[in-house]
Amino acid sequence: MEVDSVFYTDHSGRVHNNPLLDQLPSYQSLLYRRKSSNSGTKRRSSSRGRSGSSGSGKWGVSTVSRREEKQKSQTVQRPIRELPTTVAEKRRHVTQRLEEARELSSLRQLRQSTRRHLRRLRDDAQAWLSWLKLWRGDIRLIEGMFGTGILSYFSFLRFLVMLNLIIFVLMFSFVMLPLIIAPHVSGNITYTQKVGSVCSEYSGTARRGLVNFHEHITDLLSGGGFLERTYLFYGYYKVDKIHFPKATYNLPLAYLLVTIAYLFLSLIWIVKRSATGFKRNLIQDEDRFQSFCNKIFAGWDFCITNENAVRLKRSSLLYELRTDLEEERIKQKIADRTRKERCRIYLIRLILNLFVIGVLAACFYSIYSATIFSQKVQMDNIKENFIVDLIYEYLPSIVITLANFVTPLLFSVIINYEDYSPAFEIRFTLMRLIVNYCDCGLAKWWGQQEFAIPQNVLEIVYGQTICWIGTFYSPMLPAICTMKYFFIFYIKKVSLINNCRPATRPFRASSSNFFFLAVLLIGLALACVPVTFSMAQINSSHACGPFVNYNTSWEVLPTAVSELPDRIQKLLLALSSEAFAVSFFVVTCLAMFYVIALAGAHKRVINQLREQLAMEGRDKRFLIQKLCQAQRLSAIKSPVSKSQPRRSSPSYHTSFSNNFNEAVFLAHSPPASSTHV
Amino acid sequence: MGTTASQLGKDLLSEYQELTFLTKQEILLAHKRFTELLTKDEKDLPNTRVPAERILTLPELKSNPFRKRICHVFSTSEQKDGSLTFEDFLDLLSAFSDSATLEIKSHYAFRIFDFDDDGTLDCGDLEKLVNCLTGETDETRLTTEEMRQLINNILEESDIDKDGTVNLSEFQHVISRSPDFVSSFKIVL
Repeated sequence: MEVDSVFYTDHSGRVHNNPLLDQLPSYQSLLYRRKSSNSGTKRRSSSRGRSGSSGSGKWGVSTVSRREEKQKSQTVQRPIRELPTTVAEKRRHVTQRLEEARELSSLRQLRQSTRRHLRRLRDDAQAWLSWLKLWRGDIRLIEGMFGTGILSYFSFLRFLVMLNLIIFVLMFSFVMLPLIIAPHVSGNITYTQKVGSVCSEYSGTARRGLVNFHEHITDLLSGGGFLERTYLFYGYYKVDKIHFPKATYNLPLAYLLVTIAYLFLSLIWIVKRSATGFKRNLIQDEDRFQSFCNKIFAGWDFCITNENAVRLKRSSLLYELRTDLEEERIKQKIADRTRKERCRIYLIRLILNLFVIGVLAACFYSIYSATIFSQKVQMDNIKENFIVDLIYEYLPSIVITLANFVTPLLFSVIINYEDYSPAFEIRFTLMRLIVNYCDCGLAKWWGQQEFAIPQNVLEIVYGQTICWIGTFYSPMLPAICTMKYFFIFYIKKVSLINNCRPATRPFRASSSNFFFLAVLLIGLALACVPVTFSMAQINSSHACGPFVNYNTSWEVLPTAVSELPDRIQKLLLALSSEAFAVSFFVVTCLAMFYVIALAGAHKRVINQLREQLAMEGRDKRFLIQKLCQAQRLSAIKSPVSKSQPRRSSPSYHTSFSNNFNEAVFLAHSPPASSTHV
Repeated sequence: MGTTASQLGKDLLSEYQELTFLTKQEILLAHKRFTELLTKDEKDLPNTRVPAERILTLPELKSNPFRKRICHVFSTSEQKDGSLTFEDFLDLLSAFSDSATLEIKSHYAFRIFDFDDDGTLDCGDLEKLVNCLTGETDETRLTTEEMRQLINNILEESDIDKDGTVNLSEFQHVISRSPDFVSSFKIVL
């Protein structure tokens, strides 16, 4: 007979050999976890004796009673493979189901077989799709060597490749494709022209005459020279409208709308991808950085195959556990802090945070003034000696690099005084570094480096932010970025495998996924600012580009709207009016408050249910013990079973037995003598 | 029914596809790797049982601290020596595959972590589990005090009915809230 731990009692020893326990509905559901639903048909439950599937008999289905089978037969059939038994057992299930199925009406049989075939088709399709996934083999190799933490970086890279590809496809199909196919489909292109303006002629830096070979290379690498008059740059799209035989294509409008569209698409895709991680973070206990159960039960990466990596993973787990236990002790200490100490700590933190903000502001100001100074000097064309000139030209870059170098060191010193918990420290430092992202750690130049995930992630987020800003002025930039990330993947992979050892500081896959996407979202937000500013405020060029005829890029939209029929115009104007915006905002706020309240209510309910569960468990144990007591007593009283050992249950003694007048037996027939405890 | 010689029949293949979470390519690869473990005479016998020592030479299992428990859990031999037939091997890969359900994974994880096979995770099981994770030598173990604190924390988080042990449903409940489990409980050939 099997022993169920729900009824494991600490004090009186295991409850063995009790058929009651097996028949309890909760135990049945424990074994099979089936959702019972009345399918309405009667199925013959074959009472086959299933031999033990495994030597570890507690888990075999050998002791399932007949009653349980009958219960089962009314349930919806789940796919066979979801049963936690061996292949041989599942085979027997299949034969049993086939037997049962033969008895069903033909319609049901048809339905079942179609369901099975559809499932198989879906599995094949999924297998095929996953086979197509980019870099599947490489990522698996990395996973085997370094675990799932670093894997998250590479799958992040893969995501960015896809994102940039889609953005490029968008740009291409709406902006470049019409231009390319216009001559072939007999389209008529009207060009933009601004008359009477001084700036309407741009000769560019196109080289004339005999051009040296190496200048072509510099042009190719720097994007100047002959590249200026290609599809690469905004200036090439000096098209006003393309008149196709059937319709007119407004290219400036398309250009503007595609820009807005790709920003929007990126936003939605990132949010959707991070939604699962966000939900998990909400559900998880906010107090702990990572719960202990997650670390212990899900802590081991079973896909690690490298001996070295195993050793390192073990030591990193040990380190992590020790840190968390330490952190808990610290938290206890913090809770025990006196009022005075707390005030002191908060004051220190406030001062240091102000200091940090001051440092960052100083950095920005110095970069700004250096840039202005450098530009002024270059415009004034003061030529001093060579070195000073060089310094003036590269002054902004020098200042930026210095700032990037100094600030992380400063922050790491400061954070020591702020006395945060270690986990919070990491996140806070990363946030501060985002403002001044950098590639620090000059000391780690030789020997095997660790693959520093935060810095690498910040690098690619920085690159992606630049890409988002730049795509408005260079429609082919996403394609370049896609190729760049493609190469970065292979370069990083090679350097990882050959140079790096697994990180001693562990990086959790789940929370890092979410965190990378959050940082990317910040990058997107930062990218939106210059783009919107340049669309709305900066006067568009008079000489090149699609917006020559307009004052700002944004003006295309109102002009196009004014050409629409009256009713649609009125509708669009109403949608963009203040009244609509305010009411939309109010409704969104209300919805948000409702959802927050709902979440709070759910949390409360969950807590109540947990307490109830604990209480029910105790009730059950208590009742079972009383039951066993009563059974034993009656068994002793009846002459047959004198051999039953008397078990003492010291904890649940006769204080309750007075209330226990009747013995309730679920399975056995009532004893000859009336029960009396 | 079992594997015969070195070729896997078509019906057997589709049957295995239905009974496990593995795709056709994965089953064929598993068959290939399994037959590599067999000696020459064993290759002709159907339903050969490979002893645990040979299974543990597979690179995917060689460095896994839970390798012995894995073989023990998936073995169907009466002697409980951890030997696996091909179907047991498929069971193993199916439970550890990408497409296995959380329920299956947590069920088998529970059995693997249950070192004394009594159906619950009590303090002894948890202690052995932690030692498996951190290392077997003295320098790599937690001190008794730390271990006690850790086990208390685990039980506090997962033991709902407060009986001092973690049973299957409590374990599955904790796992369902654990975000890293599905991605880490994976073995792919």
